[in-house]
Parts: sequence; structure tokens; C-alpha cells
Amino acid sequence: MRLRIRNQKDFAAGLIYMVAGTGFSIGALGYRLGDPARMGPGFFPFWIGVLLAAVGLITTGSSLRLNAEAEKLKRPELGPMAWILGGVVLFGLLLQPLGLVLSLAALVLVSSRASHEFTWRAAIVNAVLLVVFSTAVFIYGISLQIALWPSFLAS
Amino acid sequence: MELISHLALGFETALNLQNLLYAFVGCLLGTLIGVLPGLGPSTTIAMLLPITYTLPPVSALIMLAGIYYGAQYGGSTTAILVNLPGESSSVVTAIDGYQMARKGRAGAALATAGISSFIAGCVATLVLAAFAVPMSELAFKFGPAEYFSLMVLGLVGAVVLASGSLVKAIGMILLGLVLGLVGTDVNSGVARYSFDIPELTDGINFVALAMGIFGFAEIIVNVEQREHRETFTNHVTKLFPTAEDFRRMLPAAARGTALGTVLGMLPGGGATLSSFASYTLEKKLSKRSAEFGQGAIEGVAGPEAANNAGAQTSFIPLLTLGIPSNVVMALMVGAMTIHNIQPGPQVMTSNPELFWGLIASMWLGNLMLIVLNLPLVGVWVKLLKVPYRLLYPAILVFCCIGVYSINNNTFDVFITAAFGVAGYVFARCGMEPAPLLLGFVLGPMMEENLRRALLLSRGDFSTLVTRPLSAGLLVATLLLLAVVALPAIKKTREEAFQEA
Repeated sequence: MRLRIRNQKDFAAGLIYMVAGTGFSIGALGYRLGDPARMGPGFFPFWIGVLLAAVGLITTGSSLRLNAEAEKLKRPELGPMAWILGGVVLFGLLLQPLGLVLSLAALVLVSSRASHEFTWRAAIVNAVLLVVFSTAVFIYGISLQIALWPSFLAS
Repeated sequence: MELISHLALGFETALNLQNLLYAFVGCLLGTLIGVLPGLGPSTTIAMLLPITYTLPPVSALIMLAGIYYGAQYGGSTTAILVNLPGESSSVVTAIDGYQMARKGRAGAALATAGISSFIAGCVATLVLAAFAVPMSELAFKFGPAEYFSLMVLGLVGAVVLASGSLVKAIGMILLGLVLGLVGTDVNSGVARYSFDIPELTDGINFVALAMGIFGFAEIIVNVEQREHRETFTNHVTKLFPTAEDFRRMLPAAARGTALGTVLGMLPGGGATLSSFASYTLEKKLSKRSAEFGQGAIEGVAGPEAANNAGAQTSFIPLLTLGIPSNVVMALMVGAMTIHNIQPGPQVMTSNPELFWGLIASMWLGNLMLIVLNLPLVGVWVKLLKVPYRLLYPAILVFCCIGVYSINNNTFDVFITAAFGVAGYVFARCGMEPAPLLLGFVLGPMMEENLRRALLLSRGDFSTLVTRPLSAGLLVATLLLLAVVALPAIKKTREEAFQEA
């Protein structure tokens, strides 16, 4: 008999809980557990991890029941997420070497690609506006200590 | 009267020019994000937390609070004019508000929402001021066992009242609790789950977690949906409601205020829950229940009053007990910690000007909002025309600068991106992020209080049930769980969330 997963969302959520719970519990064993009167650093996380894994087991288990609500996991589109978070990571990588202006421009241009209505023109205009606005507000307005330009140009 | 002298101190603080300015900025920003669908108060507050670092604590909290209740006003504008809830708390306002607008009564609907919110705001401010002293006196009777039980009640209450699947939400709480434990254990000095990464020994940055799970994940989901948002402007004329409107609006607003005030105080309560409850109540009470859904003015007045009252009274558990009851309050804890203020009953005595200033600023803020909102409706409507493809990069820019500026460290930017992935997975699997954030904030506090309670009882867990206050809190928790498990209630609860 093939195992039918009625509620795929719950099934996946339960798996996440089980993996995370087990992971945290095993990790906690690396610290001193102690006893209830003198809880060590591992005590609380160990038991919360155990509870989490148990909740995961219940969630996964009930997703298999025949009367579980049928819910399918949609196939994830990785495109939008990759563009958006890629832009964010790029910003993090570029900020210290290249300064705020260039890293912000990179963030706006890359993340704008995520939209299905993307046009270069709109993205570039948006990038210029946002860079000018952020510089005015954050650097001149509330004086955050962030370099504006690449360090090799500043000196 | 003690209350009067307290309020006098509060108004003195709130009327200070700088604080007045920040209250105004908060209300303005709140209205702005309230009007824009897809950008909620949680994201905005997380975005602005780092920036408030440079402000004095009173001004910072006044501004952040303004964002929260300002969003309740702004959300109703979008709901009425475009039939899109700008905020989750104005979902029900859209039902009848939009119908009123279609019948050419947009002005009256907007005014009703504004006036009802204002009435609710005034009452809630007084309730907040009146309840603060007795509640925080109660809090001083609390030992570690009571605090632990109170947090259990708070967390369970939050999921029972405010989310869909109960077991999954409990899982999110537990996940939040362990994530909150990452970093150096204060008692032993052991760096837990830090994988020898120096940045992680201070724990996961709260702002990074909130921004990733709420802000980034929300953006990814919105962009994926490819919804083409329809924008159309109605002509808003005849702002002032008729006498007949007032006659129908005022009782509904009064009931909404009462309901919102009570529900806001409960763990997990707040604006959204209050507005749903009020709509249901108005529909049940009305002699014209057939009119509901066709533009009944009570359907706008009640929920709008309720969400504003709930937004304000949800500050009570935070300010008096130090326990956040919803996500926005959890973010306020973050804001207070940034300024080295430990939320709890001692705030009132150690920082009275902050405490009463915040409360007084809420009343002033409500006044500003009603003045700000009604004449400026046209401006807000124009804002709705900004397409999302231009808006979301702007949100990303503010988030990235904000999260970097907390510690001037790009590591936090990467952590935020990682939580963006996590938040997206959560959204896909139907796992609600709000309980996770509450658990994250309460995790270290729960561990510490449990540790102390068990140290005092020499390891005997029965201390949690033999101390009457603690036992009472745990019994309340069990009752909540039992009530939800009852078949009849389970069914209505599921229906309620389906409507949401």
C-alpha cells in the first residue's frame, strides 16, 4: 500500500519541527544538563527540543490520517526569492568595500529583477531615487557612520 | 487624584516639542504604511528600530507606538476606498466600508472610521492609565514561578486566540523559544549553538530575525503572486456624516470600544482579533442584520473602534508585566532593550516620564490622526498608485540599511537573508511566524524564571502548582486549551479564521 500524504503542508511542517527539535536536543547534550535544582546550560534547550520533536511527530502523524484536510504544497518558484535575497546578500558583500551608493544601487537593481513587471528603465530610475533619498536621510539626516564611496576613492 | 497627577506628568512629557514631533512622525508613518497594502506595522517597526537608537528612549517609544495605532487609521482608508485591507485589522472594515463607498458614501464611511477610532482611542488611553497602577502592583507579588506560568499562559493564549492550526502554532512557539536561547548563557557563560561564530555569541539579532521572517518573506510571497493591483480613485465628497449616521454609529462605536479594550489586554489579543469580534457582535445585535455586507454603517464603526482600542490596551501587559502579548509588542520589547529599559512593573517607578508620556502621547496621537487623516485622504489615495515593483525595493533598502546600522556589521545582513528563506518556507508550509517571534522574545526570560523557581524549590516542579497564583495561571492555560478543543468551539473558530 502506498503511503498517501493527505496534508502536505502539515507533513512538511512536522518534518521541520522534528529535525529542528532533534538537532537542538542533540546540541544541548554537548552542554552540562545539570538537574532541575541546578539547571545547566543544556537543560532548558534539551527539553524544549524534545517537546518540539514531539509536536513535529504529532503534526506529521496527523497529516497522514485519512480524514486530514487535503492540502498540497505548491511548487516553489525559486526565481523571486533568489533575486530578492541575492540582492540583499550582494549588498552585504559590497557595502564595506564599495560604500553605500554602489551597494544600494546593486541591491535595488538585482532585487527589482524579481518582479514579473521588471523594466530596466523603471529599475534604474528607482535606484537613483532611493540612493539619493537614503543618502540624504541616513547619512546627512541622522548621520549613520557608513562610507558613501569605495575606500580606494575616498582617500 | 493620583491618576490626574500621573496624566499631568504624561502630558508634560508628551507635549514637549521634540516628543510631539516624533509622535507626529510616527502617526504619519503609521498612516502611510497602513494605507499601503503588503506593508504592515510589524515590518515597519522592525525596519525603524535601529534608527530609533539615536533618539532619546521616550521619543523612540512614542514614535513606534504612533506607527502601530496610526496603521489602524490608515488601514481603514484603503479598505474603504479600494476594498483591500491595508492591514489585517481592517479586513472586516472592507466588507461594509467598501459597499458604502460604492453607494457614493465614501466620505461618510471614512469619517465614521475616523470618529469611531478617535472615541476608542480616548477611552483606551484612560483605561490604560487607570489599569496601569493596580496591574503593576499585582506584578510585584509575582515570583519566578508566577512569571514562568504567566509566560506559559501568554504564549498559549497567543496561539489559541490568534492563529489557525493549534499544534503547528505551538511548534512555532517552541522553535522560537530555542532560537531565543542561541548565544551566551548568562549563568554559565557557555556560548550555546554559536558554532564558534563570534557574532552569534551575543545571540541572534532580534531585528534581523523579525525583518527576515516578516519583511523579506512577505515581499517574496507578494512578488510571487503576480497580482496586478487594481487602483481606482473614488471621488470623496461629503465627508460629514448625517445625524442619522451618528445615531447608528455611536452605539456601535461604544460597543466596539468596550470589546476592543477588553480583548486588547488578553494575551494574543490586539487590533485584529478585536475587529473581527466586534463585526460579529454588531451583526448579531443589529435589527438590520440583512444590511451587513451591503454598507451598514455599524459594520464600519464597531470594528474600527475595536481595532484602535485593542491596539492601545495591548500595551497594558507589556508596560505592567513586561510580557508582550502580540508581535508588535514583542518588537516594543526589542525597542526598550535597545535603550536599556527592562520592560516590566518597575518601568512605572524608574521611568515615570517615559511611562506616562507614552500613554499621554497616545491620546495626542489620536487627535493628530483624525486631523491628519480626513483632509489628507486624497494624498493617501495617490500613494496607492505606487506600483509594488517600485515599492518593494524601497522596503529592502530601508531594511538593509537598518539592520546593518544596529551593529555596523554585515553579518546581520546575511542572517536577515537567511531568515528570509526560513520565513518563506514557513509561509509555504502554513506555519505562522507570529508565535515564533513571541517565543523568541520570551525564551531567555522563561528559562531564567524556571531556573530561579526550581532553585528556590530545590528542584521540585510542584512549586509551579502549589503556589496559588502560579497554579491559577496554569489552570487558566489548561482551560483555554480545553475550550478550544471542544468540538463546537473548534468549528466556529475555524470558520472565523477562514473568513480571515
